[in-house]
Amino acid sequence: MAVSPVSAEEVAEAVKSHPRVCAVGGRTKSALVGRGEELELSQLSGITAYEASDYTVTVKAGTPVEEVAQVLAKKGQYMPFDPLFPQAGATLGGTVASGASGPGRFRYGGLRDFLIGVQFVDGKGELVRSGGRVVKNAAGFDLPKFMVGSMGRFGIMTELTFKVFPQPSESISLKIMCPDHEAAVKRLREISLSRWEADTLDYDPGEKVIWLRFDGPEQQAISQICEEVKGCWPGEVMPADEMEWSVRREVSWAEGMFLVKVPVSLARVILLAEWVDDCGGMVECRVSSGGNVAWLSFGEKALVAVEEFLREQAMTGLILRGERPDGPWLGQRKVDIVSGLVKEALDPDGRFPEI
Amino acid sequence: MIESLTALLSPDRVLTGDVHLAAYESDGLTAFRAKPRAVVVPETGQEVVKVVQWCRQHAVPFVARGSGTSLSGGSLPVEEGIVITLNRLNRILEIDPVDRVAVVEPGVINLDVSRAAEPHGLHFAPDPSSQTICTIGGNVAFNSGGAHCLKYGMTSNHVLGMKAVLGSGELVEFGGRSREQVGPDFTGLFCGSEGLFGVGLEFTLRLLPKAECFHTVLVGYHSLEEAGHAVSEIIDSGLLPGALEIMDSLAIEAAEAAVACGYPVGAEAVLIVELEGPAGKVAAERVRLEKVLEATRSFETRVAADPVERMTIWKGRKSAFSAVGRLSPDFIVQDGVVPRNRLGEALRRIGELSAETGLRVANVFHAGDGNLHPLILYDGREEEGLERAEELAGRILEMCVEMGGSITGEHGVGMEKRDYLPGMFSPYDIEVMKRVRTAFDPDKVANPGKMFPGKEAPSLSQSGLHPLEEAGIISRE
Repeated sequence: MAVSPVSAEEVAEAVKSHPRVCAVGGRTKSALVGRGEELELSQLSGITAYEASDYTVTVKAGTPVEEVAQVLAKKGQYMPFDPLFPQAGATLGGTVASGASGPGRFRYGGLRDFLIGVQFVDGKGELVRSGGRVVKNAAGFDLPKFMVGSMGRFGIMTELTFKVFPQPSESISLKIMCPDHEAAVKRLREISLSRWEADTLDYDPGEKVIWLRFDGPEQQAISQICEEVKGCWPGEVMPADEMEWSVRREVSWAEGMFLVKVPVSLARVILLAEWVDDCGGMVECRVSSGGNVAWLSFGEKALVAVEEFLREQAMTGLILRGERPDGPWLGQRKVDIVSGLVKEALDPDGRFPEI
Repeated sequence: MIESLTALLSPDRVLTGDVHLAAYESDGLTAFRAKPRAVVVPETGQEVVKVVQWCRQHAVPFVARGSGTSLSGGSLPVEEGIVITLNRLNRILEIDPVDRVAVVEPGVINLDVSRAAEPHGLHFAPDPSSQTICTIGGNVAFNSGGAHCLKYGMTSNHVLGMKAVLGSGELVEFGGRSREQVGPDFTGLFCGSEGLFGVGLEFTLRLLPKAECFHTVLVGYHSLEEAGHAVSEIIDSGLLPGALEIMDSLAIEAAEAAVACGYPVGAEAVLIVELEGPAGKVAAERVRLEKVLEATRSFETRVAADPVERMTIWKGRKSAFSAVGRLSPDFIVQDGVVPRNRLGEALRRIGELSAETGLRVANVFHAGDGNLHPLILYDGREEEGLERAEELAGRILEMCVEMGGSITGEHGVGMEKRDYLPGMFSPYDIEVMKRVRTAFDPDKVANPGKMFPGKEAPSLSQSGLHPLEEAGIISRE
């Protein structure tokens, strides 16, 4: 029987009373749930404070992403880090814990750039606050940033404060057909360096198509930019369906049992794309955020090949979906001594899952 | 004992003479002074590692510093400790236009990163006012800000990876070249740790494309409140300006006297708004901004027609701090933050506190993110002059916390504000921070005495402008 705390204090109590605990939200990144008594956080939900004119929103950790997005939209605002799996029921706590920013993170940055305050329960079962509720703050250590990607291994987040932005009212999406990976990467580079300020920039190596979106205050202003893009690659730039972004946000293109996030850099995208080609359809791949992250989807048969490739290339993969008994990591893993020491500092009795 | 330190580097790079040590006794916050035992001048990362390991071995505290522009006393030496000066680790190791990153050593000057990136159409966004002299190592340690934080974030948002030697003597690497990563964000945690974890030796910085065009507007108001109201209107209209700055009459008066910036005559406050981005977008946003500003009670609006006029507008703003030195023999500056929608209230209360204490306060601030910069004018030669100014500063900080803000937006806690940290965090929050610090620096040799409340600070009141400030090289912002 899972424990379902309704308040931060109850989370603290639950941590104190269980030797092994693991927080669970919307279960959209199931591979990250570790061993231990499950703390079901869906009852710890709701917007605590929303100051639209301050660009800040504070939510309880179990609040669904979609609920917050809708409240913000009423005031013409949004979460620029573009959280993944909103329709599937992802919560903001789980989004932060897994570090799951979406395609929109290309323009202004990801979770680490928008999480400004956090309350969490440490391994002693005590409530801790770090950061603040204002958009600019340099007081104390930046534990909010540390919580991004920390997977509930160092503490269980109970409340989060984000910076949010006004949402541009208009947008136009484009796709660019590329002859090969090399040309595609060159274009990704040119678009990234350009003064167009694209809001998203993705690449599908399978189809050799670049997807991008421009947001702005008026159709006219952004269509002018789109014309410039078309002028650069005549005949290869086409209008794209806006729905594509929701597919990417849900990662609903991924059909394999495993879904893996791999941080990359643009310079290494060609190598990755060629390897995906060599896999002959066993591995689906989407590159996002201007070549800074690759999403891999594959079945059990490809697991060993993916593991080997990542290790050879000194890349690290984090499994978000897919059953694997020995933890969510693939490829090279850098664990230095300090990770263990911080773990000891925040979770001395090892109540949370191992890092 | 110092002999064994000298053996690690060449003797001419371990300074112990009184003349040398005097130069490092203080930083941008001249109210505090402490004399170190020695100043070491490493030239490579390996040398820094050796020195840090030596410090740990001999239980000697150290403070790493760059140009020493800290406004919170962050690079103040520990009495009888070692100062590690990093100015010779000033190599830009790489500018990569494909990954859009720069890899730099800690002693590289902030503005030099943008200069090196410029040929590729890129720049490094964090722009503290001291950017012509302050170094990246210090920017990272104190998570420095600038005028563009609302839209682009602070220094930590622009650091993707780093190599560092921890207080434990351990050499570590965090993050990498990618803007995305997996696992907990150690790079983010290291940024803003005020030197309490160790010394950053190499940083991978995110570079951004330069904006195609700027639209800079200077607006005059008859009251500070009206200028504050205009900021709310701009924000509520859905615009996201690159910069939103306000100066009050005292600050304007100082800037006029110093650089004759020609701001609207009779203004009780001026507002600077800057839009930036692709030309088409800026043109559309400009129309929206004009409508918003027309509806406010401004009495004069000036639009910069070219880059020269834009610079003239910014010149007044950027000179404000050193200019205040003309109005008063001494001043101290705070950088507390309040929620933006309480800016008007905060300014009113600062005005009341100023009247109550009889100390003049000039206000120059980043209005977009609620980051105040009250400059408290006093005369250090008067009895208890500094003490009275500090007391007023403290009351302003308490007000910021009470309003749900922060004691520091960009200067850091350092030595100066450490006694105010408990106003923001519970004893347990602070205990947890201390536990985390111990993971990086078990023996507390790295910059001890900063950030956390502690014993009496080594203090020596002083009067007059900092010599570099007088020369117009640095400013207290």
